[in-house]
Amino acid sequence: MNIINLENITKIYQVGSEEVHALDGVSLKIDRNEYVAIMGPSGSGKSTLMNILGCLDTPTEGKYDLKGTDVSAMSDNALAEIRNREIGFVFQTFNLLPRATSFHNVELPLIYAGIGSTRRREMAEVALSSVGLKDRMLHKPNELSGGQRQRVSVARALVIGPSIILADEPTGNLDSKTGEDIMALFHEIYQQGNTIILVTHEEYIANHAKRVIRLLDGKVESDTQVANHTVPGREK
Amino acid sequence: MRHHLFEWKEGFLISLTAIRANKARSLLTMLGIVIGICSVALMATAINGIDKAFVEGISSLGADNLHIDKYAWFSNEDFFLMRNRKNVTMDQFERFKKLAKLPLAVAPTILTVHKVLFGDNYVEGTLMTGTTDEYVRTTNFNFGRGRFFSPVESNGARNVAVLGSEVAAHLFEKQDPLAKTVKIDGIRFRVVGVLEKQGSTLLGNFNPDNQVYIPIGTVFKYFRRNRDSVTIVVRARSTEMINATKEEALGLMRRVRGLMYDEKDDFAINQQEGLTQNYNQVVGVIKLVGLFITGLSLLVGAIGIMNIMFVSVKERTREIGIRKAIGAKKRTIMGQFLTEAALICLIGGLVGLLLAIGLSMIINKFLPTSVQINTVILAITISLLTGIVSGLAPAWTAAKMNPVEALRYE
Repeated sequence: MNIINLENITKIYQVGSEEVHALDGVSLKIDRNEYVAIMGPSGSGKSTLMNILGCLDTPTEGKYDLKGTDVSAMSDNALAEIRNREIGFVFQTFNLLPRATSFHNVELPLIYAGIGSTRRREMAEVALSSVGLKDRMLHKPNELSGGQRQRVSVARALVIGPSIILADEPTGNLDSKTGEDIMALFHEIYQQGNTIILVTHEEYIANHAKRVIRLLDGKVESDTQVANHTVPGREK
Repeated sequence: MRHHLFEWKEGFLISLTAIRANKARSLLTMLGIVIGICSVALMATAINGIDKAFVEGISSLGADNLHIDKYAWFSNEDFFLMRNRKNVTMDQFERFKKLAKLPLAVAPTILTVHKVLFGDNYVEGTLMTGTTDEYVRTTNFNFGRGRFFSPVESNGARNVAVLGSEVAAHLFEKQDPLAKTVKIDGIRFRVVGVLEKQGSTLLGNFNPDNQVYIPIGTVFKYFRRNRDSVTIVVRARSTEMINATKEEALGLMRRVRGLMYDEKDDFAINQQEGLTQNYNQVVGVIKLVGLFITGLSLLVGAIGIMNIMFVSVKERTREIGIRKAIGAKKRTIMGQFLTEAALICLIGGLVGLLLAIGLSMIINKFLPTSVQINTVILAITISLLTGIVSGLAPAWTAAKMNPVEALRYE
């Protein structure tokens, strides 16, 4: 079953008197437990596509079915609920709350989902353990290394068990060694049955995915399966 | 419902963190509210104090008393017309007293102003009431020392005086005034009694504490030769009887003053009730103006809160973006900032209230008053409301932020 079904998605921005077609008729399907990389040079529309996939933004035209539900014309609050339950974000700049502990950062989506504190604690602990940070629960972001911060944000993305993990340049702010560790983590998550969408402009990062979608000028330029994708740790 | 509770609790914790993270700023913002709430609470307290003083003062006049005079205390009638009326005379008083069946007590009074002296101490401009022995039954006087003058002293127009507590304290300091001789405009009077403190500052010189009482006959003997122009004080037997007593007094006075059936009353029967009404009218306006002015300082505080909340929202744009991305709804974000504004105001309000309680203890020295429980409730409610109202616009700005733009904000 397709978890994501985009039909003819168009996004038009009004810049002054000019209309900019950030996305121009993008159609694509993504299945459950796929590992997809979205690539493209800047201005290709990949950020816009990510925002629409992440329900942070709505398309000007076209239809977006997420798990069989049309989300392309939902209200802000309904979208907030979808983001909360169905989408786990991992950002390039981590986007953790600076004054909150790792535990609280991971717990936050559960609060917005209305889950009780005992259950929240369990779930957050499981998520933090799964990224190997159980012993860093009470540290604040500024007490953690970049890699650890990104792990916290992966835990936050996973904690509620979303339908898709949406990672926007997740290694962009990390050195290559730490970046590799994070990619290994994604691979693990993928193997556990999660659906991962990776937005990147780095070829070697994209090669971790099983399928690469290339955008150019708001259109899908190519959509290919990667025959020989990188499996982290294999060469070690 | 549980859901809302988490969100609220979360909002509360976030607010606390945010307030603590910007201590200096939060404190300065709070200061506006502290001053605002403090002044509102003090104003409310002062108003309570004035009311209390008024009620006390009024009751020392006697709630069941009628004052028959040619002047009405409160009337639309021209003062000069009233002035041209015939005086209420001692003869009229005597006939009235003989005929009146309902009153508990009836006494004539005449007010004059004198210098009272004992040794080197004196009080200038003392209000002196000349009256009969029956006057004491129209009052609620308690005596610190001695008694009111007797019927014999009253009828015999003796040189005896009863002193108000303040007058006595001033003249005698630590000595016992009883049986001492004071000079009123040079004439010697023996002190037969001193009143206990009546405790109202509002009536000023009309406060019994600041007065001297002597027999009315003595007034006519030394200070005023004509027996004209007295005020008749009538005490009803009870509050229920006051209207009947007034009716009787009205009829009797018309008879005594020889009015024809078609002539208008040329006198007035005054009552404390009128005073209360008048007080409420005048003081009501002062209260409103006072609260309005102090309310302005609160408004300034509220604008401060609004300003700082706008800054806070702007600064935390990225945080708002993150929260929205992981599922915070408009309502949640709104609640978070409203809670923060309300919390700042509430803390400020409580501090302001404590300050007001402290200051009211100082004010208490001039105007007997204390912070009432309803003032406390009022202050807390107002501070919460101020927070919510001034937080509304900034919170809404935060709530309707576009998550994509908020996340991109540096």
